[in-house]
Amino acid sequence: MPAVSKGDGMRGLAVFISDIRNCKSKEAEIKRINKELANIRSKFKGDRALDGYSKKKYVCKLLFIFLLGHDIDFGHMEAVNLLSSNRYTEKQIGYLFISVLVNSNSELIRLINNAIKNDLASRNPTFMGLALHCIANVGSREMAEAFAGEIPKILVAGDTMDSVKQSAALCLLRLYRTSPDLVPMGDWTSRVVHLLNDQHLGVVTAATSLITTLAQKNPEEFKTSVSLAVSRLSRIVTSASTDLQDYTYYFVPAPWLSVKLLRLLQCYPPPDPAVRGRLTECLEAILNKAQEPPKSKKVQHSNAKNAVLFEAISLVIHHDSEPNLLVRACNQLGQFLQHRETNLRYLALESMCTLASSEFSHEAVKTHIETVINALKTERDVSVRQRAVDLLYAMCDRSNAQQIVAEMLSYLETADYSIREEIVLKVAILAEKYAVDYTWYVDTILNLIRVAGDYVSEEVWYRVTQIVINRDDAQGYAAKTVFEALQAPACHENLVKVGGYILGEFGNLIAGDPRSSPLTQFHLLHSKFHLCSVPTRALLLSTYIKFVNLFPEVKGTIQDVLRSDSQLKNADVELQQRAVEYLRLSTVASTDILATVLEEMPPFPERESSILAKLKKKKGPSTVTDLEEAKRERSADVNGGPEPAPASTSTVSTPSPSADLLGLGAAHPVPAGPPPSSGGLLVDVFSDSPSAVAPLAPGSEDNFARFVCKNNGVLFENQLLQIGLKSEFRQNLGRMFIFYGNKTSTQFLNFTPTLICSDDLQANLSLQTKPVDPTVDGGAQVQQAVNIECVSDFTEAPVLNIQFRYGGTFQNVSVKLPITLNKFFQPTEMASQDFFQRWKQLSNPQQEVQSIFKAKHPMDTEVTKAKIIGFGSALLEEVDPNPANFVGAGIIHTRTAQIGCLLRLEPNLQAQMYRLTLRTSRETVSQRLCELLSEQF
Amino acid sequence: MQFMLLFSRQGKLRLQKWYVPLSDKEKKKITRELVQTVLARKPKMCSFLEWRDLKIVYKRYASLYFCCAIEDQDNELITLEIIHRYVELLDKYFGSVCELDIIFNFEKAYFILDEFLLGGEVQETSKKNVLKAIEQADLLQEKTENMFYSKSGCKKAY
Repeated sequence: MPAVSKGDGMRGLAVFISDIRNCKSKEAEIKRINKELANIRSKFKGDRALDGYSKKKYVCKLLFIFLLGHDIDFGHMEAVNLLSSNRYTEKQIGYLFISVLVNSNSELIRLINNAIKNDLASRNPTFMGLALHCIANVGSREMAEAFAGEIPKILVAGDTMDSVKQSAALCLLRLYRTSPDLVPMGDWTSRVVHLLNDQHLGVVTAATSLITTLAQKNPEEFKTSVSLAVSRLSRIVTSASTDLQDYTYYFVPAPWLSVKLLRLLQCYPPPDPAVRGRLTECLEAILNKAQEPPKSKKVQHSNAKNAVLFEAISLVIHHDSEPNLLVRACNQLGQFLQHRETNLRYLALESMCTLASSEFSHEAVKTHIETVINALKTERDVSVRQRAVDLLYAMCDRSNAQQIVAEMLSYLETADYSIREEIVLKVAILAEKYAVDYTWYVDTILNLIRVAGDYVSEEVWYRVTQIVINRDDAQGYAAKTVFEALQAPACHENLVKVGGYILGEFGNLIAGDPRSSPLTQFHLLHSKFHLCSVPTRALLLSTYIKFVNLFPEVKGTIQDVLRSDSQLKNADVELQQRAVEYLRLSTVASTDILATVLEEMPPFPERESSILAKLKKKKGPSTVTDLEEAKRERSADVNGGPEPAPASTSTVSTPSPSADLLGLGAAHPVPAGPPPSSGGLLVDVFSDSPSAVAPLAPGSEDNFARFVCKNNGVLFENQLLQIGLKSEFRQNLGRMFIFYGNKTSTQFLNFTPTLICSDDLQANLSLQTKPVDPTVDGGAQVQQAVNIECVSDFTEAPVLNIQFRYGGTFQNVSVKLPITLNKFFQPTEMASQDFFQRWKQLSNPQQEVQSIFKAKHPMDTEVTKAKIIGFGSALLEEVDPNPANFVGAGIIHTRTAQIGCLLRLEPNLQAQMYRLTLRTSRETVSQRLCELLSEQF
Repeated sequence: MQFMLLFSRQGKLRLQKWYVPLSDKEKKKITRELVQTVLARKPKMCSFLEWRDLKIVYKRYASLYFCCAIEDQDNELITLEIIHRYVELLDKYFGSVCELDIIFNFEKAYFILDEFLLGGEVQETSKKNVLKAIEQADLLQEKTENMFYSKSGCKKAY
């Protein structure tokens, strides 16, 4: 079919296009276009009515001009006129113009919608098709308002032509995507599901896309589609390559439809056993076909076949329940890793990333580590190398972290600029997450700064300083290492920042060595000062003032530096202010005051690594979170306990406040038994009733309940004493700071707080604390840290008993300490279908505990949400079909087990009642969580 | 699929189809950026790349690049074959399609695409059915005006 006989040739248009193509310069082109625009404008405005053909031709020219990238501000009306032409080609051009140049002019929209309405009602399938295409192309809200009710009727009407059905299905899909609220579910939905059985494969193809999108939002409504999709898929998979005639593509039967059906099945959990068997057969058949010799050498054949294979693997990963299939999928991808087609290597790396997060295939993925590392080194395409980095990151665990981090670091030296920052973040996260040994961590990060200093974002160096501050076992080594690294003649400014900060805090730890005496440290840092930017200089000034406190012997030298004109009269206000203030501070303040003001930084309280947050932001929330969540859940399911503690557990006498910050699951070996209480003997001597522990203070229970959903606040207060709490929990560990404030102006003597646990509780909850000073001055506050480890789930709460002498009287106070099981919650985000799948899995009667109770507080949605989040579980939105209900999910971490918990709270505003349902894998946990949470509303 | 772009080796846009609502300004920006990115890639590189939060699937046929943007869960290989099937459709319709056919008959290229893909999803994969729809339309036309223009220098597209 030669082109010249095609279509309705518009001579003028062809001439115009040729003219444009012959233009030698942009200017000439613009000139020609302006001439044409003027011509068209005059024709449109002219007195003589244009015939349909001319109108079509000019509209088409305008369209061409627009597609060249020029603005078009007229001609819309003429295009709309074409819509009502009876000549097909005129109508067609009119619709094309409208589809490409949508105009929100409301008058026009009304006219367009009118024309569409007429065509939809025309019963002429070609006209209906054009109208539906136009709606699908524009997809605006106005169109949804006008047609969202009409199209489902066309779709399911018995006498609609197949081609119109296809257009109607996808048209509706487009409207649903833009305005889901305007597409009402109704009787038609069940009939749409049955289109999966339609004889016409084109109709099935279009309907599957629609059903997939609708099912994502309305899984219940469309769940019958699962078995229909499986049987349709099964028929395709088992068909001979010629059975499907024109729907066979390069010997692959209906590849597009197969992919869509497999996508649809990914909206649901694994189906019921009967259907499941059939599906498993399909998936196995698809995997088997991958091993058969190709039926054609054409790349189209292998692409279509593998497209189905990859989609099948996605479904296997999504179900994550058939170990056999998962391992087969992994092996298949392993073969692709070495395939000569770059596309397949790319996709295999990508797909393996998700496999790495399945408990069944994680180990199988790990066996390919050498191939992946090799890909990192030899792939010529940066996008493939990027996938290799992602996969290494995903397959990393404690066993291979050192190797992977080393490979990534060495790759970083030559890595493409476009992916350096991301690799830096990944290395930083892995180094932190799997640090068994903090010297390795510090070395890795400093290497990172050395190799790719420019790509090390603020977050990375903030994080290394945070960790060093929080880990006292890493501090000396860190100080020594940064000191050595700073010796390099040219070092990156980020290293100066880290070095300045760490030496300012911990320079004293290496000052004993004459090679790194205080003065040497100072000179070393100051030699970099002039090369640095203002923020770094400001940081160094703070380091200097910290030195004044750490090393009185260098005070003079530092004061000289601060006093110099280049500091005191610096043009930068921040630097000048720091110099002036620090100089003044070092001159007037006494040693005591200096020591207080310039005290070592307190540990950083933090829940999520700032680097991880940054990576999530970079990669979009879905990718990273899912992997992390999945990994966490895997360890919950498989290991049945936390990861082994790293070797670096700090000594018991100086427990590091950060153990829980790192998310390492680091458990401090804590001696069992009650905490040592100093001064116990003295109490015995002086106390009026030596062994008696006071009954719980009035109001203690109420106060206790208030802390279930929060971690900080005042626990107890009377006229003499105030007890405040600040605590943080991570996995099965926690740390609580108890603040005892003396509200009087008189000293408390023999001040002895004691933690009391019943034997039962002691076995399940390990508490460890250091004694406090027995004297609390009037108006002073002392603090006591308690290290907490949840060994197993528990119900009771420890009691804090405080005894002291005030004036001549003995005081004895007991309060319940709010360490509750929910503190060891880690929230888990999950999609609706996952939630209900798990919910169903926990259906044993003893796993569920339910409580129905009257609201004690006003029933406010936002407050309730905040409480559920404060309780520790994730608050899952859009999971419960009833939006008034709240559902949550999380994992309780104990040393011995991790317990997945699901909760559902159903408020009944009318009755002012709630129904709370807890489902967990352990009866006692369900029971306790239900008790705790039901007190909150 | 979020959009499809056809552009020449010189970076001239030949066809654009958007399945998501975007402003003209944003469309131009995306086009500029993608044309640049794709043209900078070497022949043997893989056909997929990550771009913003989308996946780009592209393939070159003679002087034309076909480039699709799909979402994270979409299937890259099947998208590659969507491109191929579209090229086949153009080829069958125009008879050894070349870039000039698409320039001079851009409206036909759009009509064929609309029969094949609608709202960013595959509507009809049967070559026969798609072309039947287009040819029926051609039969409906009232008169045929021949177009005389040179097809010299036109290479076979695939």
